[in-house]
Amino acid sequence: MHGPPDITRRHLLGGSLALLGAAATGCAIPVGLGSSQTRVQYWHFLGASDGIIMNQMVQAFAEQTPDIFVEENVLAWGEPYYTKIAMAGSGGRSPDLATFHLARLAGIGAGKILDPINVELLEEAGLKAADFSPPIWERAHLDGVLYAIPFDAHPMVLYYNTDLCGRAGLLGPDGKLLPTKGVDELIAQLTKAKEVMGGKPPLAFDALGLGTVGPWRVWYALYAQSGGTLLSDDGTKVTIDDAKALEALRLMQRLGKEGLCDWRTDYGASVAKFTNGEAAFLWNGDWETTGLKERRTPFSMTRFPAVLGTGAAQADCHSFVLPHQRDRDPEVERATYRFIAYLVKNSADWAVAGHVPAYLPALEQPEYLALQPQSEYRSVITEVALDPQVWYTGSASRLWIEFGEAFSPVIGGTRTPEDGLAAAKAALTRLMAAPNPFPDEER
Amino acid sequence: MTTTVAAPATAAPVATPKVRRGWTQHGMVFVAPFLLIYVAFLVWPTLLGFQMSLSSVNIAGGNNKFVGFDNYVEAFGDPRMWRSLWNTVVFTVLSTIPLVFLGLVFALLVHNLRFVQWLWRLSFFGPFLLPSAVVSILWLQMIYPPDYGLINGTLGTDVLWLGDPSVAMWSMVLTTVWWTVGFNFLLYLAALQSIPQHLYEAAAIDGASAWDKLRSITLPLLGRTTALIVVLQLVASLKVFDQIYLMTGGGPQDSTRPIIEYAYDVGFTGYRTGYASAVSYILFALIVIVSLAQLRLFRKREEVAS
Repeated sequence: MHGPPDITRRHLLGGSLALLGAAATGCAIPVGLGSSQTRVQYWHFLGASDGIIMNQMVQAFAEQTPDIFVEENVLAWGEPYYTKIAMAGSGGRSPDLATFHLARLAGIGAGKILDPINVELLEEAGLKAADFSPPIWERAHLDGVLYAIPFDAHPMVLYYNTDLCGRAGLLGPDGKLLPTKGVDELIAQLTKAKEVMGGKPPLAFDALGLGTVGPWRVWYALYAQSGGTLLSDDGTKVTIDDAKALEALRLMQRLGKEGLCDWRTDYGASVAKFTNGEAAFLWNGDWETTGLKERRTPFSMTRFPAVLGTGAAQADCHSFVLPHQRDRDPEVERATYRFIAYLVKNSADWAVAGHVPAYLPALEQPEYLALQPQSEYRSVITEVALDPQVWYTGSASRLWIEFGEAFSPVIGGTRTPEDGLAAAKAALTRLMAAPNPFPDEER
Repeated sequence: MTTTVAAPATAAPVATPKVRRGWTQHGMVFVAPFLLIYVAFLVWPTLLGFQMSLSSVNIAGGNNKFVGFDNYVEAFGDPRMWRSLWNTVVFTVLSTIPLVFLGLVFALLVHNLRFVQWLWRLSFFGPFLLPSAVVSILWLQMIYPPDYGLINGTLGTDVLWLGDPSVAMWSMVLTTVWWTVGFNFLLYLAALQSIPQHLYEAAAIDGASAWDKLRSITLPLLGRTTALIVVLQLVASLKVFDQIYLMTGGGPQDSTRPIIEYAYDVGFTGYRTGYASAVSYILFALIVIVSLAQLRLFRKREEVAS
């Protein structure tokens, strides 16, 4: 479970079920561990529909590699997960392997909480730098040291209901959504869909609610499209371009005001509305794919629309890290790298969950290209808008939550774009002024 | 009338046996195990926490440098600290008044009802037995949702109970009152049952009305209970966290975030354990001040009464 910041009922239930499942099958206690097996302890936060895919991959690895036993532990996504990693890593008795959001790398105190990746062992397992998307590979480093192995990018995408869009005449002869460019075309598209839906808002996204980060995701995608940045490269100066930031916010307010998006939906409601055909469009991360397919929603998906310039989309990346251990067993370490290599090389299986593989060969594999609609938005990988690399960014970070809070009332129309931007800037300035809990000299 | 209530007979002074006071006495032996636990799990962590609040320590125990009162200086200049402290005070005032008043009203109602009393007792006390997570999900998912929630659905209103910054705090108070009033209700009910019946009989013979009895017998005799309830309630409300964390996460726009959640946010999400300790000690100081003020207030009142 990586996308939604708030714990919705579905995710809470899904997570608990996954945990129960793990307990019931004895994953938490290594009952399956044979005497000749090497045990790899693996923590991850994939508890939603992509968690099912991860579990299948772990089992497939077990079948292929009987000498390694992977003990899978599913933990709750978000702030609590990173608290646990920090505490486990600092104690030096952490799991052998953990999933991680790349954007949080700068904030976790890599070097103290995380151990560097052993590049030799990685190559021995069959992975090398050239296999990965260069900007993402770059992100996995801190001060030139590799701390993470990238797995995927999970950008904002556009889900569309093929029935509703077909009736509104928005599909091309190939049954795919006709692309839009710029504000006017987007508004025209939404207006047509609204007419077909009897005047109901055609677009849903996570706009409101407990710890919502949806407004941040949408704004950062739009703002990045117009070329805006948040911080200077060294993270010491706010570089927000007011005109561009306001342009994006005004558009978000317009969508709410003109009834083109439903500003009263929280994360769960926005997904539910789209699932039930009560919204023609959903702006969200790519991870809802499996769930929507299971519920037989007539949908497809494509890249987030290019509205204010480029086709950039807000994104973060899943990766693997080695939380700090005081003494790492060389045999377990080798097994860990073999497991990572297995997962990365089978990225096409992982893409079933909706994510775009960071492993370049996977992007060319026929299995991946045959995946529909997952391969439709793969080109976004070169245009992802990633967080600035400072300690308070990344999934479920303070930055996301504070910007979400600042912009949510702008969509609802109770706060002017100017006030929303001022609130966000104030939050950013505060975060910048607060001391880094893991300063550089600690590394 | 209170004077007539006082027990007329005071025990004649009995010569007390000489008690030797000192560390070696066996009283100390009995107290020592408890004292040990008290020191190990309360006094020592309290001191340790204070020491942490003077450092820049992070959640991993690293970056542990002595920074003096820097954290406090930062906290006092931090608008979000003030906002959350203010929210805590607002919540305490808004929740304590109805919680004490309604507890009394419900207890009086139930005490005077003569049929299926157990049902009323259960009804008022029931919610208190629910865990905070259950209460939060109940209100979050069934009662407050704007589209299909119980309140908007029944009243035909269109209020964003948890999404509107000017309403959210009131919603949290409403939920809290529903959930916790049962405890005060129970204390009041017990106190009511311990008032001797003959006082009411005597008053009835003197021709007192129901209102007279309430004003002159019941309420004065509930004074001590009220004092206790107010103290317990104020401290409980100052420490509010669960339901707000689970239902609004402190939002919208920081309008409900209590100071404990702020300490949690900076400590566990922001990894700054030292700063979080400083924020916690500010709340600690507030609770000590409120408790001392109340003690003084009630002691004075008791002195006046006696």
